[in-house]
Order: sequence, then structure tokens, then C-alpha cells
Amino acid sequence: MKKQFKYLPVALFIVAIIGIFFFGCNTSQQSTSGALDNDAASAVYVAPGEHDEFYGFFSGGFSGQVSVYGLPSGRLLKVIPVFSQDAEKGYGYNEETKPMLNTNFGFIPWDDAHHPELSQTNGETDGRWLFINGNNTPRVAKIDLTTFETTEIIEIPNSGGNHSSPFTTENTEYIVAGTRFSVPYPQQDVAIDSYKENFKGMLTFISVSDEGHMEIAFQVLLPAFDYDLAHSGKGKSHGWTFFTTYNTEESHTLMEVNASQNDKDFIAAINWKKAEEYIKAGKYKEMPAEHHINTYDEKSHVATSKLQKTVKVLTPEDCPGLVYFMPTPKSPHGVDVDPSGEYIIGNGKLSADLTVHSFTNMLSAIENEEYETTISGIPVLKYEKVIGGVVKKPGLGPLHTEFDNEGNAYTTFFISSEVVKWKLGTWEVLDRIPTYYSVGHLMIPGGDSRKPDGKYMVALNKITKDRYLPTGPEMNHSAQLYDISGDKMKLLLDFPTIGEPHYAQGIAASKIKTKSKKFYPIEENEHPHKALGEKHTKVVRDGNVVRIYMTSIRSHFSPDNIEGIKVGDKVYVHLTNLEQDFDVPHGLAIMGARNAELLVMPGQTETMYWEPQKEGVFPFYCTDFCSALHQEMQGYIRVSPKGSNVPLKWSMGLPDEEEGE
Amino acid sequence: MRLPRILMLLAGILMMTLFIWPMWKITLLAPQYPDGVQMHIHINKIGGSTPGTLQNVNILNHYIGMKKILPESIPELKYMPPIVIFFILTAFLIAWLDKKWMYWTWTISLIIILSIGLYDFYLWEYDYGHSLDPKAPMKFEGESFQPPLIGRKEIINFTAISMPHIAGYFLGIATFFGIAATYLKSKKSKLST
Repeated sequence: MKKQFKYLPVALFIVAIIGIFFFGCNTSQQSTSGALDNDAASAVYVAPGEHDEFYGFFSGGFSGQVSVYGLPSGRLLKVIPVFSQDAEKGYGYNEETKPMLNTNFGFIPWDDAHHPELSQTNGETDGRWLFINGNNTPRVAKIDLTTFETTEIIEIPNSGGNHSSPFTTENTEYIVAGTRFSVPYPQQDVAIDSYKENFKGMLTFISVSDEGHMEIAFQVLLPAFDYDLAHSGKGKSHGWTFFTTYNTEESHTLMEVNASQNDKDFIAAINWKKAEEYIKAGKYKEMPAEHHINTYDEKSHVATSKLQKTVKVLTPEDCPGLVYFMPTPKSPHGVDVDPSGEYIIGNGKLSADLTVHSFTNMLSAIENEEYETTISGIPVLKYEKVIGGVVKKPGLGPLHTEFDNEGNAYTTFFISSEVVKWKLGTWEVLDRIPTYYSVGHLMIPGGDSRKPDGKYMVALNKITKDRYLPTGPEMNHSAQLYDISGDKMKLLLDFPTIGEPHYAQGIAASKIKTKSKKFYPIEENEHPHKALGEKHTKVVRDGNVVRIYMTSIRSHFSPDNIEGIKVGDKVYVHLTNLEQDFDVPHGLAIMGARNAELLVMPGQTETMYWEPQKEGVFPFYCTDFCSALHQEMQGYIRVSPKGSNVPLKWSMGLPDEEEGE
Repeated sequence: MRLPRILMLLAGILMMTLFIWPMWKITLLAPQYPDGVQMHIHINKIGGSTPGTLQNVNILNHYIGMKKILPESIPELKYMPPIVIFFILTAFLIAWLDKKWMYWTWTISLIIILSIGLYDFYLWEYDYGHSLDPKAPMKFEGESFQPPLIGRKEIINFTAISMPHIAGYFLGIATFFGIAATYLKSKKSKLST
């Protein structure tokens, strides 16, 4: 008898193995056939010569730039230089754009660009501008969406890491800038462990004029928490902006432990309409706070950096009703407002549940003074009085939520690497889908506005691993495009992005493409060193400063032979591109110039600074393949020794060939 | 019968469009010019569908050594406007005075002027197409770069299409009205005699 059972464990083991094998096969089959059945390829196929339905503006994260993708194809359309020098386009290298990167600390060639945000009108994306924050040296940039060029960068004083930014209000009245790292206020040399007494957290409201000019309207002085993310109210909650906080423990070291102790942190609700009243009533302090506003002028093609000396600071103690704290479990990361403006989602990244506050409940809690306590003059509203609902155990590590136009919300879960779809109001989980891997933000075109376009959703991931062909230890980050038009989310496309696709914004292509500029009208060129025609080209010496007024047109530079330059001169080559046709830039590169190339758009003037190091005759040429005679688009500059008396001379063509245009 | 006078009046009015819209257009098509290069010939200037068109045409032409199209060096652009104004004013005058010989003189001289104009246009095109700079970067043996007087022609990588434009069609209708007015006037005079 006993012998008969001897092999039972072995038999069971074999059955278990077979079972696992079949189960394994089964699941893998499901996932492949799923994608094929749904014909994902044709859903993202944009035929040659056709245009995508949406523009996607992806932040470059630590690349400091913005990349523009077509969706659903995932084709890269352009990289827009913003906070980092870009040798390809000469941005931050040519004389015209250097001032764009000027700060209180001088010229800074890099920043960490996190959250692109489209301008809005009536809570809808309007395709005028794209704003993006620079996290490291606090700044906000504005990109003009007729030229896709960075046209303004404003520095944020009293801030130590501009993360909760820019997040516009419903009519782009303001974009905001909350500090992620609290810093001494005013900035000074103090002991780090004096954090609790000397450090403060500052929230900044930047006004945007009808022409898009940014200025700091006011700042709100808050306790030394870390202000993580923000979103402005819309519809019924228009007039309020919400900021998440972590480190309400006010720690300054080993933050991963010490800033994760409190059971609840806060969402700070700022009544900015009230702030406007206090500003009008003079309830602010004008504080010294040097900061720069760098503006690029589209007519002169020159950026100027203007120093501002002060800001208006509001203090909650002096301004009752300006700020309230809503307790929110466990270090909330993103704060997202649904399209109606009623629900404020606190994505508690270390919480098991997703907390949803109700704007209506918040207002009645304020009215009935349902306060738990008061911190630095800021009432802390009772948690149970502001809560609107809880999504129970939806996943692990909720970070961000966006919305579709059918009352559904989509939340990313970093730890469980998935997007979960749930219903506003009933708080039930409807669907979940994996991301590859560890998703941070997600983007639905218009998904943080009053009018989401709930067709596609893009997951912006932090980790790539094996998704594409390996490229050594460093890889581009991955993004995935999902179809969210049906009940079930469907994976359509997986594509690599530039830098870190921290956050993105999407907009119907029709709102932008017809306004896109083809070239700069040359008669509008107001550059101080322009040459509007070959007749106006010249070389001028003033001491050791030499200015070369040069033009380019297919396929020659004028002048293309220059003599009389000396070692040690400070040479400015002002190149005007005389072309007036779509997509005919000319580049300029000079051998031995310790600088990047110029890449000049039709009708534009740009300047290369060059200090000749050695004597000799050096070629220069056009870098952007412009025509059949591009390879002939070249010239020579003769550099003579210091103190030589070679006269200044310039020409183009043999004496009988002068074009005289 | 008032019809001939009305037709004359309309002919004069239609000719006024020559000062608003181009009378001729030459379109160049090639794959890398998805919108085409559209050169517009007005009674008094040469332009195009964009402010940079003429410059772009000249850039294309310089590869093959074609002369630059410089509107200031084309005298026709200067003396055509007064001729047109003369025809407009005389059309109105005829509509008022209603003399048969005037109808005949006006219409025949307009047809002669138009024929000379077209021939002159052909001569300019011939000159541009054949007087090429011997130092041109690109040379094509036996290839003519003369654009068509009217219609379509393949010129190396371009398709050139030469057609009347808005005011050109109106000028055509004006001429037709002139002929019709003259015919009707003559018929009417015969009947009345």
C-alpha cells in the first residue's frame, strides 16, 4: 500500500509543472493576440504626406528642452530649445539668444524642464502659447506656438526648485510657481538645522498679459513644506489654485524617511481672487527679490534680459481667507481638478487609497469654520468635512490623474506600473492596463482642461529596460499611446522620447497648424545689425571689435572673401538670411571658431561671436543643405597677426560680376 | 436700343479690374514646392502668391543663368497703365456718345493692342528663355527654358503653366463685350437706315 503512494508527490509536482506551463502559454498568447486583433498598427498609421491629428508637447525633463510629437503616429516633429543651450540651432550660443539663459547667478546653460502647460481660454486649450517650468534654477518659459520658439523666460525669486509649475488658470490670467524645496527667507547664510525657524515656502503667481508677457503678480509666504504639484480650479472652482505638499514634518535631512512620517500632508488651496483684493487693498509687503525677465523680440530677433528688483509678498496671517489646508493622506504628489471643477484629486503617493476632495464641501467647511487647527494663520480644514470620495485600493503609488469627456478619470500608479480608469462620483475602478515601466505623468489631450479630448492617452514612463534595442546603459525613456475611446483601454504604440518625458500636453492640430509661421517677413526685420540686401553688406572695425554684416541667399554669402581680421580681434558675424521662402534656413560655421554654428531662418539676423586664435586663411560655409549649389556656399576669412597692417577688405564675386542687389 | 451702350459701359468697368487683380499667372510645379511657385503679372507690377515669390523665381532661374526678372527694367509695366486708362475712359465716352464709328475704332484698336501685348509677352519669354549667362552653374544642351505663352510645358524638373488670371479673364470678357456692342450697334444702324 505504502509503495503505491511513494510516487504521489512526484506525480503532483509534474502536474503542477504542466499546469504552470499551460497557464503561462495561455497568458502570453492572450497578450499578443490582443494587440493584433485590435489592429493597433492601422490605428496609429499616418500615411506618408498626411498629418497627425494631435500635437503632443513633451517635456524633455533633464534635457531642458521640449520635444514636439505628432499623435497618434509618435513621429518626432521638432525639439524646441528652452532651458538648455542647443548647438544644433545655435540657441544660447548666438549673441541674440544668450540673454534668454541669463539669471541672478549669471548665464546658466541648462535646466530641468518638467511640466509643459498650454495656454487656455474659458478652460480650453487655445494654442497660443506653451509654458514650461525650469526646476533647478527656478524659472518659467513661454514658447510661442506660431514660431515654436522660446520667447520669454522669467526667473522666480524666493524659490528653491520650481516644481509645482506652471499650471494655468482658466483664461491664462496666471500661471503658478510653487517651490519644491523651501529655502531661507530671505535667502541668507544660516545653519541648515535652523530650518524650522529660517526657512519658508513660497508660492508665486505670474500674470500673463494678452500679448503673453509674464510678470510676477504676487507671492504667498507659507510654512517650510515642500510644494510638489499644482492645478488651478476650473468652472465652479475658478479663482482657486491647489498645491500639494509633502515634508509637512519640516525636516531637512534623510527626507525619504523623515518627510514620510505624517499620516496626512496637505493640499493648500489658494484663493487668488482674494489675493487680488488684498493686493488692491495694499496688504502686501514689497520685498527685495532680484529676478530677470528675458524676452525675445520677434522683430529685432534679439533677446534682452531685464532685471526686476522687488516682488509683492502676501502673508496668510495678514490675509485671512487667502489660504486653507486640506489634509490629504501620505505625501500627495499630483493634484488634479476634474473638468467640472468639483473634484480635487490628491494622489497620495504612499497611500493605499486615492483621496478625492469636493470643492463644494471645501466651501461649506470654510463657511462653517470646520477647522482642525491653524498653522501660521492658515486654517486646516477637517478631513472628513472636505472629502468627496475615496477610490479604494486602486493600485500602488498613485501619482497623477487626467480625465476624459465622459466622467472618467485615469490615474497612474508608479509602483504597480499601470494606469487605472475609474468613475468620478461612484469611485469604482473600471479598467486597468500595464505601462512599460513605472509611469509618472500621463497625458490626455486637454485632459487637465475643461474640455478633454478623450481619444488617446499617453503614459510617460520613468524606466525603459528592455522595450527597445539596447543602447548601452543609457536609453531614451519610453512612452506608450493608448486608445481610450472604448470601455477598455488598448495599447497602440510604444515609442522612445528625448530626455525624460516628464509631462506632456496635447492639442488638436487644427488649433495650431494654420497659424504656424513659414518665415519672417524681411521688411519687418529690426535687428540693429541687419543687412537687408547685398548692397548693405560691409565690414566695420572699431578698435579690436570687428563687425561683419553678411547676407546669405541661395547659394552664396556676401561677402565671401574677407581680409584684414587680426588675431585677438573680437569679431561679430551678423548674418542676415535674405530668403523669403518656407523652409530655406542657411547655416554658418567658421573653422576654429570656439562656438556653435548659426542657423538663420529666412528674414532673420543672427550673430556669431568669434575670437580668431591663429593666423591663416580659414574657410566658412553653409551648414544647412539649402540647394543644388549648397556645397559651393562657402568663403574665406584671412586672419593676420596682431598688429599687422593688412587693410580691411571684403568682396563677393570677381570685380565684373558684382550682383549689386 | 440701349444694349450696346450698356455693354460698352460694362467693358470699361471690367477693364478697371486690371488695377486690382493680376492679368496673368505663371505657375511652376515641382515635388519640393508642394504649394507651387505662382508668379503674378499685373498691369503695372510683377508679384506672386507670396511677397517673396519674385525673389524665389529669380533664385531658381539663376542656376541656369536666366536674367533676373527686375520689374523696374520692364518699360511695359510703366506705359501699359495709361493705355488701359485711355481705353476705360473712351469706353465710357462711347457709352455716352453712342457713335457707330467709335465702337468700331475702339474694338479694333483694343484687339490690335491685345495682339501686340501678347506678342510682346512672347518676346520677353523668348528673351528670358534664350539669353542665358554662359557662366551659369547648370547648362542643359538643347533645352529651352522659354515658358509657354499659354498652356503647360515641362522645363527640366518643373512643370510650367501659363494662364490668364482674374483680371485677364475680365479683360477677355471686356473685349467680347466690345465686339458684341459693335456688332449690335452696326446691326441697329443698318435696320434704322
